Amino acid sequence: MTLKEILRKTFDNGYNFAFLDEGAKREIRRKILKAVAIPGYQTPFGSRELPIARGWGTGGLQITLSIIGTGDTLKVIDQGCDGSVNAVNIKKFIGRVTGVKTTTDTNKASIIQTRHRVPEEIMTEDQILILQVPYPEALRTVEPEETETRRMHAEADYSRMWLYLYEDIVRFGEISIGARYPVAVNGRYIMDPSPIPRWDIPKLDRADTLYLFGAGREKRIYAVPPHTEVKPLEFEDYLFRVEDFGDARCRRCGSCDTFLDEIIDDETGKRFYQCSDTDYCDRRTVDGTGS
Amino acid sequence: MGYVAVRGGEDAIKCAEKLLRYQRLRGGARPLTVEQIEGQLYLAVDRVMGEGSLYAPELAALAIKQAVGDTMEASFILRAYRTTKQRFCCSIPETTKEMRIVRRISAAFKDIPGGQLLGATSDYTLRLLDFDLKDESPQEMRTFIRDVSDIAREGNIPDTFPKVVEILRQEGLLVERKDSIDDRSISDIARQSMTFPESRSGTLQAMARGETGGLLLLAYSNMRGYGDIHPTIGELRVGFVPLKIIHPHTGEPYTVGEVRVTEAEVIARLDVEGETQKFTMGYGLCFGHNEVKAISMAVLDRAMQARKPEMPSEKQEFVLSHIDGIESMGFCNHYKLPHYVTFQSDLDRLRKVKEIHDTEGNLKKNL
Repeated sequence: MTLKEILRKTFDNGYNFAFLDEGAKREIRRKILKAVAIPGYQTPFGSRELPIARGWGTGGLQITLSIIGTGDTLKVIDQGCDGSVNAVNIKKFIGRVTGVKTTTDTNKASIIQTRHRVPEEIMTEDQILILQVPYPEALRTVEPEETETRRMHAEADYSRMWLYLYEDIVRFGEISIGARYPVAVNGRYIMDPSPIPRWDIPKLDRADTLYLFGAGREKRIYAVPPHTEVKPLEFEDYLFRVEDFGDARCRRCGSCDTFLDEIIDDETGKRFYQCSDTDYCDRRTVDGTGS
Repeated sequence: MGYVAVRGGEDAIKCAEKLLRYQRLRGGARPLTVEQIEGQLYLAVDRVMGEGSLYAPELAALAIKQAVGDTMEASFILRAYRTTKQRFCCSIPETTKEMRIVRRISAAFKDIPGGQLLGATSDYTLRLLDFDLKDESPQEMRTFIRDVSDIAREGNIPDTFPKVVEILRQEGLLVERKDSIDDRSISDIARQSMTFPESRSGTLQAMARGETGGLLLLAYSNMRGYGDIHPTIGELRVGFVPLKIIHPHTGEPYTVGEVRVTEAEVIARLDVEGETQKFTMGYGLCFGHNEVKAISMAVLDRAMQARKPEMPSEKQEFVLSHIDGIESMGFCNHYKLPHYVTFQSDLDRLRKVKEIHDTEGNLKKNL
């Protein structure tokens, strides 16, 4: 076969539905089932290379490609935004290899792939949220070796993590973890919720929605099944706290109960705020529910 | 305005793609042919085949053209292509004893059975810029090729060479590995994520598709003193090994082609086996002609056998987790993606901590 023939075959009809071959999809689905069966446990999987670079959402993408069907409606967000370059790129790729409908409306999507945010809208049991994960290991902060962190998880030996939080308070007067706040899932595994803000952590707790987490480079899949308890690590006298925006409001929709992006005006240098979840903000603006 | 800049991603991506192509073509030089890259930049092609872990010179050359000469990016393109390909069958395991050799040296023995064969190497050339290459004409090329046809003829090289390390093995001077590969349980790191301790086959696979620079860095750290295996190159070979499969109809072995590889066997410091002192060995093998990679791999293979791993190059998890070029490059580049949300979250913590600090300061002042 000449190169030309190979290429013609490849680009016309050489790729399978949803890019991955059926064997790969089946394996990933099996690993998802295992992850759902053991909430918060990191399941290793044979992460495939994709035409999108490692670190750019290949874990989330492999989950999406493995579970998506022709009847699904897809939404992809990055930092809460549908129009962000990486979100657009991923959505374009999935659209090209599946032909499924896409949307920006959280309510209309059956599958949402996201990086760094959980949508503001409360999601339902008919929806699945897939989170892209750079570091699946919550204990990596205190222990660099995988062999050791696996032992710590197996024995639920989390003392070093608690010590880390304690020392943080001693040094800074508060737990200084911003995003990627460690949580305990189902009273058993400590889990990295991916770099979502603390604002989004309460949305994981006892939700109706299935949350799937994919780390492509680190080759791990984990899950928070619906109605599962997710508790941020905290002390009785030093409680977990979400981000505080003071009395700031979104300058578009007027919201004061959403996660806000801080924006600095080029010319005036003035600081103002806007919803990070652009779809939520758009709909509030159109509805006129905004101020 | 922040909002406007964040959106409109789709158009920006399209334009960036066009600009990329424009950038490559704007100089107005004649387009590079894939054939030229394959023939004249063959070391780059070999490197990309190794790191992309797909032996396909023509496709690798195409990837180099597409990646505008960036071998990491080209390897990534090739590997992303590889992952979609169906696996027809596995080849029959081969020893490199059958290798059709084009270069073979030993730094351990002056005279080796079969002799040293320098082959095509830049090792002893003076690295002076060769200005004559600026205007190499097809006519000159033809004349040169005719003139050197005598040395380039492969006919006077024997078909096979005995292995140098076999001499040591026969004398019982080499430590036999306890973790030698069992054919029935060869791992496949492209299908299963590595676990630690990783099997020997998985370890060698990870290194064979590792990034040359990454392997070199870790191996060099060991050579310089962050480790102490003291390597001697027992044998370095470059040549072609036959690729054989079981014929699906006849069930007989069938040669479907040959693969150019570089193999390094490194003899390293003594170890005690039973009651006697013996040499230990490190092994490296990679696609194409890439001696730095094969030697680095062999050094690391030996370094990772350290009984009490202390240095980075001796720790299997450390080495194997960080040598993949496609993964490390991807992750490094991902920091270019927006991190507004996490940064906002960190900012919130910093402001809070500062607030606590300032309040405490004021309290103390007022006391």
